[in-house]
Amino acid sequence: MARPVKLGLQAASVALVAGLLALLIYKLATDRTSAATGPAPNFTLPRLDADGHLQLASLRGQAVVLNFWASWCNPCKQEAPELQAAAQRWAGKDVVVLGIDAQDFSGDAKSFMRKYKVRYPVVRDGSGQVVGKYGVEGFPETFFVDRQGRIVGDHVQGPVSRDVLERNIRRALES
Amino acid sequence: MSALAAVLAALVLAGPALASERHPTLGDLESEVMCPTCKTTLDQSNAPIANRIRAFISARIAAGDTKSEIKDKLVLQFGEAVLAAPPKHGFNLLAWVLPFVGVGIGAIVLALLAWRWSRARSPGAAAAGAPLEPELERRVDEELARFEA
Repeated sequence: MARPVKLGLQAASVALVAGLLALLIYKLATDRTSAATGPAPNFTLPRLDADGHLQLASLRGQAVVLNFWASWCNPCKQEAPELQAAAQRWAGKDVVVLGIDAQDFSGDAKSFMRKYKVRYPVVRDGSGQVVGKYGVEGFPETFFVDRQGRIVGDHVQGPVSRDVLERNIRRALES
Repeated sequence: MSALAAVLAALVLAGPALASERHPTLGDLESEVMCPTCKTTLDQSNAPIANRIRAFISARIAAGDTKSEIKDKLVLQFGEAVLAAPPKHGFNLLAWVLPFVGVGIGAIVLALLAWRWSRARSPGAAAAGAPLEPELERRVDEELARFEA
């Protein structure tokens, strides 16, 4: 085989391997980025409680309680009344409780919302893309986002209590 | 004759696949649908969402849905990642095509190597080697003559 052809094939092989490696690194970096601190990854998801979509960035200027849940998750049933109570306590005070129903049937999620009287906005992440962006490992998980769109305070894995909600909402409002 | 045999064989093989498409069983789909939280197929998972999807599939089978209809409904709820095998269209088509491309490239490389190897070993190729320098040829002749004497 002629030397230039051989060199060309070797260069192409190295470029192919480097390209595949870059794709793998990009996939790992974008899919499983833990969002425990720093800017909250933005998303636009369809709403379950109303028509249309909701974009996280549209809530800039308010503190957001971001709660990941699913109807089949038992601890989610335990914390649902606490989240609803917090949404009522903080209504009209620049605080939004936002539920993200993930990896779930939309019909089951709506039944859950009726049964547990969830009145705050809920969006649906059926494929789990946003779950991946936030590095959520189980349900429920809760993040707190400040007025500037940064994740602050505790990253709660498991059912969230009234005390934890109050402390972190105040922190999100003040930071 | 051989064409007829091929058609018959294709019909015999297509029969069960067609039956599975029209009247799927839970077992058929359990190995083709992923559990979204555990990233294994349904038949290897007892997670709550896996059990819920199994119940959904059973209900849709009872309602008379085909396998494709059930899969479409699951994709609508959970996205394409719920399917164990990627769909055969769009970017996902690469996952089906690339292995065959790889095997094809490998076969071509092997054929080229085999061709070069066979050429290098042929008597003609050996005879066609570069001629010896006159001085070296003279010395080889002398050595051979001394050896034979």
